[in-house]
Amino acid sequence: MSLLEINNATLKFGGVVAVNDLSFAVEEGEVYAIVGPNGAGKSTVFNLISRFYDPFAGSFRFDGKDLLKRKPDQIADLGIARTFQNIELFDHATVLQNLLIGRHRHRRSNFVQEMLFAPKVRRAELVNRAAVEQVIDFLDLQPYRNKMIAGLPYGVRKVVELGRALASGPKLLLLDEPASGLSVEETQDMRWWIDDIRKQMGITVLMVEHDMGLVSSVSDRVLALADGAKLAEGTPAEVQSNPAVIEAYLGAGAA
Amino acid sequence: MRIQFKTSYNDDIRLFEDGWSLSVYSVLLFVAIALPFIINDFYLGEMTNVLIWAIAGLGLMLLTGQTGQASLGHAAFLALGCYSNVILIEQGVPFILAFPLAGIITGIIGTLIAFPALRLHGVYLAIATIALSILADDIIVLLEPWTGGVSGKFPVPIDIFGFEIERWTMPTRFYYLVLVVTLITTLFYRNLLRSPLGRAFAAVRDSEVSAMAMGVHIARTKATSFGISCGITGLAGALMGYYAGAFNNETFSLVISIQLLMMIVIGGLGSIHGAFFGAFVIAFLPQALSILTKSISSDNVTIPGLESGVFAAILVLFILFEPMGIYGRWLKIRTWFELFPFARKDMFRRQKSYLKTERLR
Repeated sequence: MSLLEINNATLKFGGVVAVNDLSFAVEEGEVYAIVGPNGAGKSTVFNLISRFYDPFAGSFRFDGKDLLKRKPDQIADLGIARTFQNIELFDHATVLQNLLIGRHRHRRSNFVQEMLFAPKVRRAELVNRAAVEQVIDFLDLQPYRNKMIAGLPYGVRKVVELGRALASGPKLLLLDEPASGLSVEETQDMRWWIDDIRKQMGITVLMVEHDMGLVSSVSDRVLALADGAKLAEGTPAEVQSNPAVIEAYLGAGAA
Repeated sequence: MRIQFKTSYNDDIRLFEDGWSLSVYSVLLFVAIALPFIINDFYLGEMTNVLIWAIAGLGLMLLTGQTGQASLGHAAFLALGCYSNVILIEQGVPFILAFPLAGIITGIIGTLIAFPALRLHGVYLAIATIALSILADDIIVLLEPWTGGVSGKFPVPIDIFGFEIERWTMPTRFYYLVLVVTLITTLFYRNLLRSPLGRAFAAVRDSEVSAMAMGVHIARTKATSFGISCGITGLAGALMGYYAGAFNNETFSLVISIQLLMMIVIGGLGSIHGAFFGAFVIAFLPQALSILTKSISSDNVTIPGLESGVFAAILVLFILFEPMGIYGRWLKIRTWFELFPFARKDMFRRQKSYLKTERLR
């Protein structure tokens, strides 16, 4: 059984068909990339998995559980963490606090215990802190630990957002354009991190990315989308040489 | 500059950052305890007023500064706390139970109101909560058998196991009572901020979409914030009732709500210090103004609207020049001294944030 299975997903915004009868499956332990021209519905697929949108039709199963029965705030608890295309960090909090919010799904105390800062809360905080510290080590965020997000450069914010997703201890990581806006060196770092996330942490990665260099170097399988429908699926080389994909990107006759 | 080496994660979650800030706050606490022996009864009364406003400010700060939900309805919750405390005591409940109960009742009612109200965002929420302030007035009049309506009520002296506290004849005792409540409230507030719920508040404030993706239940978190906020405000309301000595339907008007919101903005949104700084401004501004007008003209003329005019001017100036409030200015001054002579002019300038993911509603 695949970790994430999407069958016949369809979503319409008014007359626009954003996702059209799309089916794909992500296997445990792989890096699966979704590529496609702008407006192909890549981010919409992510928002469907996050349950921000209700699909018209289709089934979404993660780890054997029906995602459609969950509310958006219950998705994290299943072990799905995500980043956003345009960085959605908590700007008026420090890097450390942002990463700790990633641990929110492990909260087991109620507000009365927290108001009194009961021993249970302190113990949980120490565990959270240790987990976050591992992420900080992994992503080399030590210099920024107590900095406010609002003052950080774009590249660092991108890494912090990845860190926040990792801090939740997910099984599946959804990365929405992890390399957009990054310099060549930062993209290279991102590539190694994605590799390590899969190999060392054993986390399955589903990503949307435009940078074909990054996609072909880290991903096992690639799904090409156009107008919300599947164009091609296979290894990066297969997809890149697929005539339908070339046509969608470069226009008819270019091949 | 003080550099602190942390050797355990406990160092990071304790209440006071280091020995230095612990000693600073200890001195502050000592001064607060010694205050009745330093200043006369009039100024002690004013200090009591500052602390009561600070408690109310902490209540609203939790909602507005921490969770990012503006409310202009908090006068209604001050009233609710005040009346439920007095009514409970009239029913024979001792103060030591009635007072926390007043907070809890206010908190529960606040939570119930929050569920429909918090579907609104930003300025629409502020407008909807204005209605609460206005409704409170009418409800107090309508519930005359309980509330005394327009003629109002007088709280009986506080009795804690035979130990009497009265605001006019024993200002020192009343001051200590308020001080204890202030300390407990501040401690609870600090604890919330360093635990998961406090971070969830910040998450809801800064980005609801990603808070949701991190597993934060938005509606429940907002309602919890509203509930705790109202509970704290209710406690302040009960103390305000004792401080005023008499209250009716007009005591807790919309003006009080507006003052409360202005107070935390001037003090500095999102910080405990801000609530206290703002309370000082709110409580001492009328005094300062009357002293000023007296020094300018010898005859006792009162200029109508002077207070609100000056208040508005201060608010406008703060929003224009120091959006972080008095606390923000204080941080800058402190940093300047700590880094002397290396502080730079633009150290606190923040980069404009990038385009947010298109909102989902």
